[in-house]
Amino acid sequence: MNLSDRSAPVRDALVLGTFALAVGAALLLVNRITADTVEANKLRALRQTLQIVLPGDTHNNDPAESKLTLEDEHNNQRIAYRAFRDGQPVAAAITASAPDGYAGQIELLVGVSYAGVITGVRVLSHQETPGLGDLIDAKKSSWIIEFNGESLSQTRIWKVRKDGGDFDQFTGATITPRAVVRAVKQTLEWYMANRQRIFEPS
Amino acid sequence: MNHRRPGTLLTGLWHNNPALVQLLGLCPLLAVSNTAINGLALGIATVVTLVISNTLVSATRRWLIEEIRIPVYVLLIAGVVTCVGMLMNAYAHGIYLQLGIFIPLIITNCMILARAEAYASRNHIAAAAQDALAQGSGFAIVLFTMGAIRELLGTGTLLANSHLLFGSIGSAAPLINLQTDRGLLIAILPPGAFILLGLLIATKNAMHQAVNSNNQVRRDREHDLLE
Repeated sequence: MNLSDRSAPVRDALVLGTFALAVGAALLLVNRITADTVEANKLRALRQTLQIVLPGDTHNNDPAESKLTLEDEHNNQRIAYRAFRDGQPVAAAITASAPDGYAGQIELLVGVSYAGVITGVRVLSHQETPGLGDLIDAKKSSWIIEFNGESLSQTRIWKVRKDGGDFDQFTGATITPRAVVRAVKQTLEWYMANRQRIFEPS
Repeated sequence: MNHRRPGTLLTGLWHNNPALVQLLGLCPLLAVSNTAINGLALGIATVVTLVISNTLVSATRRWLIEEIRIPVYVLLIAGVVTCVGMLMNAYAHGIYLQLGIFIPLIITNCMILARAEAYASRNHIAAAAQDALAQGSGFAIVLFTMGAIRELLGTGTLLANSHLLFGSIGSAAPLINLQTDRGLLIAILPPGAFILLGLLIATKNAMHQAVNSNNQVRRDREHDLLE
């Protein structure tokens, strides 16, 4: 065993470490450059989604600005975007997260009127199977519209049909809609139990 | 070690097409080719990634020690893909959301690792970049073709939602709309992708046999595969 053999691991580690540092620096740089635009894109997308899930003509504040972060009973953070008309609460859009989708978390935004009737639900992000589970996306199918007008008192059973409920599943994909239905129901229950806290002037 | 001339565009597009001949990168090829625009967008992202990663691997090839070359390739490719993802998130947000998980998954497209190992690490920068362009284009064109065929059969439209990729030049309305309520569902489901890929490979092989009776091309191809 000669000297160069013994020093090989050290040399390898140095080279690998240098590459890692260089790549890390490049990532940091690109992240710096794009961060502001990404934030702006997100805010614009949020405003658009809020406009869809909240009834447009009933409020006269900017719900994107009137946000409140609360913790629910499972210690999950929920953000409430609150819609007021002349200071009176009319509706709120609540973020929801379905942990039991087919592939990772499904992030949702649930719009609820003050009385507890759903005004709209949209998927914010998901990693469900393209062509199957991604039909929860309003761009791909109209399934998510099914929630409009539902409430805890009106809907008979908050489950997909396969489980004996009132919501359709998709051909070949039951897990995804099941997760979404459950998350929307939990959001509604949490909203009704915490309505006072949500609309409290901050 | 060999210093071969870079793969020409014709090699990448036809004789040694990564998707139809080498059968590399099938996961994104089958999963994302459900619409023409999705296919085109992922195709472009893959070409950009491949050109940059091949160039970087070639530029740093004198420091690439035998034992650690694979982790370095993976590191470089992962870095490039993450940067491409961030740039798409900033400047092509709509298509970024549409493609979702398949942008980071470009890292796992074995075509990219294969080109780094088989070509870029042994050739100079310009050749590596040209090789990446040829191979990447071959992959992107198959991705786009499959997307177009599947979209047309499955949903009866062609090039719908092009505004996600081309901004104001494109539009949400498709170029062709057959106005069908129900397309051939299997075409947009994963099995349809497998069947279509099989048909494309068969077509390519049939054309290849019909056109080329001389051996020159076959020898080229074997050469590429052996590398």
